[in-house]
Amino acid sequence: MDWQAFEVSIMLAVLTCLSLLPIGLSLAYLLVKSNFMGRGVIEAIITLPLVLPPTVLGYFLLVGMDNDSFLGSLFVSLTGESLAFSFAGLWFASIIYSLPFAVQPMMRSLERIEPEIREAAWCSGLSKWSTFFKIELPLAWPGIITAMVLCFSHTLGEFGVVLMIGGNIAGETRTLSIAIYDSVLAFEHQQAQTMSLILLAIALVTISVVYSFNRTKVLRF
Amino acid sequence: MLKVTLKQSTPIKLDVDFSCESGETLALVGPSGAGKSTVLRCIAGLSLSGHGQVLCKNETWFDSDTSVNKTPQQRRVGMVFQNYALFPHLTVADNIKLALDKRIPDSQYTIEKLLDQVNLSGLEQRYPAQLSGGQQQRVALARALARQPQVLLLDEPFSAVDKVTRRKLYLELNTLRRHLDMPVILVTHDLDEAAMLADSLCVIHHGKTLQHGSPEQVLYQPINSAVARQVDVRNILKGRLKVHHGKLMLEWHHYVFSVSRLTGFVEEQDVFFALSPEKILLHQRVRPSRGEQENPVAGIIRDRVTLRGITTVLFSVELAKGAILQMDLPEHVAMRNKLNIGEMIRVSLLSDAIHVMAE
Repeated sequence: MDWQAFEVSIMLAVLTCLSLLPIGLSLAYLLVKSNFMGRGVIEAIITLPLVLPPTVLGYFLLVGMDNDSFLGSLFVSLTGESLAFSFAGLWFASIIYSLPFAVQPMMRSLERIEPEIREAAWCSGLSKWSTFFKIELPLAWPGIITAMVLCFSHTLGEFGVVLMIGGNIAGETRTLSIAIYDSVLAFEHQQAQTMSLILLAIALVTISVVYSFNRTKVLRF
Repeated sequence: MLKVTLKQSTPIKLDVDFSCESGETLALVGPSGAGKSTVLRCIAGLSLSGHGQVLCKNETWFDSDTSVNKTPQQRRVGMVFQNYALFPHLTVADNIKLALDKRIPDSQYTIEKLLDQVNLSGLEQRYPAQLSGGQQQRVALARALARQPQVLLLDEPFSAVDKVTRRKLYLELNTLRRHLDMPVILVTHDLDEAAMLADSLCVIHHGKTLQHGSPEQVLYQPINSAVARQVDVRNILKGRLKVHHGKLMLEWHHYVFSVSRLTGFVEEQDVFFALSPEKILLHQRVRPSRGEQENPVAGIIRDRVTLRGITTVLFSVELAKGAILQMDLPEHVAMRNKLNIGEMIRVSLLSDAIHVMAE
C-alpha cells in the first residue's frame, strides 16, 4: 500500500473540491441567471472535459503549462518553478477536468428554484446577497453536495490526465490510481487490490451519502 | 394612496392609469394575458415599464421622466404570488420572520399575531409542503403583511385552491381587508370574486384600462361594448337611436324601446345596448303585469338551464331576426309559469334595465 500516493490523492481531491465550490457556483449562477450571447459556447466549453478523451485533454493542458506558454511562464515568474509535472499543475488540471462535474449539478439545482421564490424574497425586503445566502443556497444545497461528491470521486479516480501532465513523481504527482497502475505493471497484485478496494470503498460511501442526503431533502420539501 | 400610470409598447403593451386610496381594495380584472400581472409586477418593482409613474403616499417609486426606479426592497410592498412562492426550506414561522423588520423587538409575538390574523395559529413549525393550498395562501398573506407594507398586492391569490376553500378564503379576506389601512390591489380574472371583494374594479384588456369604477357601475353600466364583453354581459345588442313623437328612442329591428338614461347620445347614432338577464320582466300568462305596457317583446323558448335555483331561459325574438336573449328567473317562477322549450313567452325590457353604450 502506497500511503504517500493515498495522501497525494486525498489532498488533490480535497483542494480541487474546495476550489470548485466558489468557481463552479459562480459559473453556474452566471449561466443560469444571464442570457447573454455565447452562453451555449461557454456551457459547451465547460462540458468538454466530460466527452474529451483524457489523453487529449491532458495533452492540451500539458502544452498550456509549458514554460514557454503564457500560463507556464506566469507560474515560473511567480514561483520560480515549472507548472507541468508539479502538484500545483495537477491541481490546476483537476479543476479543469472536474469542472463539468461541479457546474452541471449546481446549474440544475439553481434552475429548479422558481423565479417567484427569488422575487418573493426581494419583496420581503431581502437584498440580492441575502436572497442568495438565505434562500437560493439552501435550496440549491442538494445539487452543491452532489457536485462536491462527484468532483471528489472523479479527482480521486482520474488517471489519464494525471499521467499526461503529472508524470509519476512520488510524493508530488503520483496519485493512487497511478500507483495501482504501477503495481499491476510490477505484478504486485496484492498491493493493487488493496488500493483498488480503498478507492471502491471511498466511491461507494460518498455516493451513498449523497443519495441519502438528497432523499431526506426531497422528502422535506 | 397609490397612483399608477404605465405606458409601454413592448414586450407587453400597457396603457393603464388608475389610483387606489388607502383602505380601498381595487380589483384589476381582465382575461388571461391582458397584462394584469405585469401591472402588479411594475408596482412591486419586479418589472420595468417603458414610461409612467408609480406613486405611493408621498413617495415616488417609479418615474420614467426623472429616472427614479426603486428596487422591490425599497418599495415596501406585500405581495402574494399566484403560486404563493413560500420558501420551501423554512417553517411557517421562519417564512414570516424573514419578512419582518429586524428592528421589531419581539418577533415571536408579532409572528403569532400575524398568524392569528389569517386564522393559522398553531402551525408555526410546519413546512410549506405540510400545508394545504388554503393554509399556504394564508401563510403567503401573513408574510406579505409582515413587511408592514404600504401597498398589498394579490396576484390571483385564489386560483390554486379548490372551490370550497376559495369560498372560505373570500370571507376571511373580506373580513381582513376591513382592518387594513393600505391600498390593496387584487388581480383576478374572476368577476364574481372581484365584485365580492373589491370596492372598485378596473377592467384591463390588451394592457389598456377600459373602465374604472364601482363594481355596480362596471358590471351593469359598462361604458362600451368592449367592457361589456369583458365583464360577461350576456345580452349585448346593436340598435339605433331615433326620435319618435319628439322623444329619443332606441330602435331594434321592428321594436322601438323607451330608455331611461340616454344623456350624451344623439339621434341617428348607432349604439350597443345591454340587457341584464335578471332585469328582464316575464309576463305571467294568467295575470298580466303592470310592466306589460313597457317595451314588450315576444319570443319562443329555445333552451333552459337551471343552476343553484336560478333558471336561465334562452328565447329567440322572431321580429328581431331570431336574435337570442337570455333571461334569469328564480327556479320556482320558471316552474310555475311552465316555461318549456318551444313555448311562446312575452317579456318587458324595462326602460331602466336597458343600458345604452357607445360602439
